[in-house]
Formats: sequence, C-alpha cells, structure tokens
Amino acid sequence: MKLSLEREGDDWRLLLSGDWSLAATAAVQEELQALPSTLHGSLICDWTKAEATGVGPVWMLLTRLGAAAAGGLQVSHVGNPPHTLQLLERLQGDRHALCAPPPEPSSSDIEEAVGNLGRWVVLQGTEGRAAIGFLGRISTVAREIFSRPRALRPSSLARHIYETGVTAIPIVSLIAFLISVIVAYLGAQQLSRFGADIFVVDLVTIAVLREMGVLLTAVIVAGRSGSAFAAEIGVMQLNEETDALRAMGMNPVELLVLPRILALVIALPLLTIIADAMGLAGGGLLSLVNLHIPLPQFTARLRESLSPTTFWAGLIKAPVFALLIGMVGTYRGMQVRESARELGRLTTVAVVQSIFLVIFADALFAVLFVQIDF
Amino acid sequence: MAENPGNPVVRVRGLVNRFGSQVVHDGLDLEIRENEIFGIVGGSGAGKSVLLRALLGLRQPDAGSVEVYGRDLRHMSEAEHLALVRSYGVTFQNGALISSLSVAQNIQLPLREYFSLTEHTLTALAELGLSMVGLPADTAGKYPAQLSGGMVKRAALARALALEPKLLFLDEPTSGLDPISAAAFDELMLYLHSQLRLTVVMITHDLDTLFRTCSRVGVIVDGRMITDSLEGMLQNQQPWIHEYFHGARARAAQHG
Repeated sequence: MKLSLEREGDDWRLLLSGDWSLAATAAVQEELQALPSTLHGSLICDWTKAEATGVGPVWMLLTRLGAAAAGGLQVSHVGNPPHTLQLLERLQGDRHALCAPPPEPSSSDIEEAVGNLGRWVVLQGTEGRAAIGFLGRISTVAREIFSRPRALRPSSLARHIYETGVTAIPIVSLIAFLISVIVAYLGAQQLSRFGADIFVVDLVTIAVLREMGVLLTAVIVAGRSGSAFAAEIGVMQLNEETDALRAMGMNPVELLVLPRILALVIALPLLTIIADAMGLAGGGLLSLVNLHIPLPQFTARLRESLSPTTFWAGLIKAPVFALLIGMVGTYRGMQVRESARELGRLTTVAVVQSIFLVIFADALFAVLFVQIDF
Repeated sequence: MAENPGNPVVRVRGLVNRFGSQVVHDGLDLEIRENEIFGIVGGSGAGKSVLLRALLGLRQPDAGSVEVYGRDLRHMSEAEHLALVRSYGVTFQNGALISSLSVAQNIQLPLREYFSLTEHTLTALAELGLSMVGLPADTAGKYPAQLSGGMVKRAALARALALEPKLLFLDEPTSGLDPISAAAFDELMLYLHSQLRLTVVMITHDLDTLFRTCSRVGVIVDGRMITDSLEGMLQNQQPWIHEYFHGARARAAQHG
C-alpha cells in the first residue's frame, strides 16, 4: 500500500508510505486510479512514511490531485515532503496537457479509399517529375563534359570504377560460373533423353551470352553498388556535405552523381564480359565432366551455335542497365533528408527499384530483339 | 542519501589515456564532490571528451582508476556497470536524440526500457520532462529534425533526466546556441541543479556559462588536471590558464 485516504472530520488525510521511487511509478499510478474522482474540502498529504521519493511518482500524484481538485480542494503537505515538491507544483501550475492527436475526421470507407488513391496519384506525379528533373540535371552536367573535360574528374571516376567494377570481379565470376553449371546440368538431364547431349552447348552459349551473363551481373551490381551509392550520398546529405559543396559553388551532381554513373557504365559491360567468359567456362567444364564432350568439340559446337549478334545482344544491354542502377542509386541517395531511418528506407528502395527496372528493361529488350530479329 | 556537499562522487586517480604514441592524459587526478557544478575546460584536443568517455565507462583507460560513488569501474561486472550507468544522466554535444522517434518517445525511451508503465503514465512523465526543461507541449510529437538547436539541447536534457539521475554529465550544453538561448539554458541548469539536487559535470568552452554556473573548474593542461574554484583560477599564473581566463573574450564575459 502506497496510499491510504482517511476522513478527518470535514477534511481528508492522505497517508503516503513505502517506496516512492521511480521504479514504483506503476504501482503508485494503479493506486492513484482508485482514489475518488473528485474531493472537496482540504486534504493533507502526509509524507512521513514515504521513502526514496522520486520525481515521477510525485508528479503523478500531483497530476491526479489536480484533476480531483476541480471542485475546489485545498492541498497541503506535511511530514518531510520531497524536496522536489516546490518545483513540481510550479510546473503543475503552468503545465499544458500534451495535446492528444486530433481525432481522425470520420469518413466512409469509400471516401477514404478515394482519398488514398488521390494522394497516391499526386505523390507518384511529384515523384515522377522529380525523377525527370534529376535526369535533366545529369544530362546538363554530362553535356558540359564535352566543353569542359575537367568536369569528368578522372581520379574520382577511377576510384568508382575500382570500387564498383574491380572489386566485384570475384563474386560476379563465381556466380556466373555456378549458374551456368546449374543450367548445363539440368539441360543435359533433359536433352540426353533424346540423345541430343551436344545441344547443351547451344543452350549454355545462348542462355549465358544473351541473357544470364548480363542480367546476373546487373542484379549483383545493383545489390552491391546501388546500395552503396544511395547510402554514401545519403550520409553526405545528412551531414550537410552536399549543401557545403553547393555553397562553394560546386555541383554535387557533377562531383558525386556523374562519376558514379559513368563508372558503372564503364564497369558493367566489362564485368559482363567476364561473367560471359566464366559462364562458358562453367558450361564447358560440366560438358567435359558430365557429358564427356572434349573441349575441342565443345568450342567447335560453340562456334556453330553462335550467330554474329548473340554476344552483342547481351553486351549492348549492359550500359543501359548500368545507367538505370546508377541513376536510381544516386537519386535515392540525394533524396535522403533528416533522419537515419530515411537513409535505411531509401537505400532499400534504391536496391529494389534498380533490380526491378533492370528486369523490366530486360523484358523490353527481349521483345525488341525478337521484333527486329537481332 | 547524503545531502551535505563535499562527499566525492567521482574520483579519478592517475588516469592515463594514449592513442598510439600520442599521450592524451598523463596521470590525471580529479575529484568531483556531491552537489557541485563542475566545469571541465581545456584546449581543443586536450582530451575533454576522452575524459568524459572514461568517466562514463565507454572507454577503458590505459592506466589509473575511475571511482564513482566509491566503486572502481574496473572491478565491476557488466550488470553492475549497467546499473551504474542508469544512475547517470548524459547529454551529448549534438543532442544524440534518436532521429526516428519523436521528442516524447525519446524521453520515454529509457522509461519504457526499464519499467513497465501504462501509456497514461508514460504520457504524464513525458509531460513532466518537457515542462521541466521548459519546452512547449506541442514539441512532444515533433521529430528531432524539426527542432531548433536550443530545443534539441533541452530535449536531450529532458531525456537525460528521465531516469532521475543524481549525477548529470553535460558535453558542451550551450555550444551552438545563441547567447540568449545559452543564458536561458544556464538558468535552467542552475534551477534544476538546486531543485533536484544534482551533481553536474559539464564540459564547456562557453565562458559565460562557466562564470554563471560552475562552482569549481578543472582545466586540462599537458595531460593533467588543475582544479580550483573560479576565483582561484583567475589568480593562476599557468600560461594557458592565464590566457584562457584573461583573454579578450574572458574579460568580456566577466564584465558582461
């Protein structure tokens, strides 16, 4: 028992006892709820038996008594009241209750759905405009490179080619090799039923060169570099570094965005070539081990299955994918404002969107290539 | 609860901190007594923040001992150390409010963590915290990014006070504030110090704050600490201290 309320003639006496430290707040609050909601006359709080009085519980008591005193209650304290009482009573005096959040205007489900849809459309509209604006700014800066080659920033470009390209070689090689082994293995199982083992070579060659080499590389790079771009630029935004650049008359798009995008446009095709080579190597190895097709026969068949455009049909997509990944990553990074949570959210968005856009663009390419018979 | 001022709360003996070959503290001694406002001063790079980190137990010193309430930080279990840290209030230089939480949620964060309280109680305690540091009620729902520098400092103070500490560490509480907000913060600090009977350890470069609030001052010079009352410091002939307390800015602060 922390509280006991006693009648003393016309007055009240509130005996406070036991532990009144912050840790006891929950218990105190519970007993406070049990007090009568309004009191009249005068009330004496007797602190003689209360121990270790903390600020929080005393505040809760004063708040409660304040509410109960609506009908006019004289409160006084006796018996060594806590030294913080004076402060807390003063604060109670000019306290303004925390505004409860304004009640949601009640509306029907349909109204709400329409409202949400409208909000979503407007949001998408502004997002789209901002994205096009960003594209425009990149184009302007890119044009400047021709008149002012210094804007190319070779050292920064080299650093980003190293970070996005060279350091990605091991993982890209490994994944291209393994995926191609898987495709060849599954293909061989099906094709050997028709005695058409040799067509595994065609399968691997066309699948790797036209689609998988570039697509896998782009997805890996989107995960590695798209997120890195967004996070790196996002933290610079939070530290006001981009504002500092602007204030010094330098263009963050030229300094931060363009080198990254260009680096990716250069690095991704090169990575694709490596992935293609590793994919073919994986196919060759599996053919040798699993189907006993010797290497000379594999390469001969490979040459036959290639049309002049097979290799280029894959490679030509790489710079486009690189542009998409680079632009989404840097754009999302530049959007970071205010908080660490935004940074995390936008980094996630950058990766998800760039992977989606890469696959969407790949689908468009597939249709286009069929139409023009490439 | 010992109320008489003078009991040492923090006692540092022979503290040594090194970064590689660079010695920051070289046998630093320090004693902070109950109920005082102790100001720590030193040039940039003198190791004020390193000292604070050592006092908070965030950094293991290379030598020497740090005792808080008579207990050596080195001989503490993880659980004891956590319990000790809970009895501290700390504000960091840039506020260090959690940016994804509103001001009210920031104040409630340690309360929520350590006690199981109802929403009603938590709201009331957030209200208490805000009014204690003089923030208007509508700041409760705002996020740190929406606050001015002075409000961030006040909100950080409210969070530091949430667990009702007896010992408060403030790292540059008035840096980056305009003189009027800084002076208001000084008054707030003095008021809370007297009303809540806090022991305050403050790192500050703000001479006005130093003259207005601190009862004793410690100056870090050459890896050691020279501690004295403010009057004593003004008489000190050590070159850096003399320059610090008698430079153009110091004169302005004393006569201002």
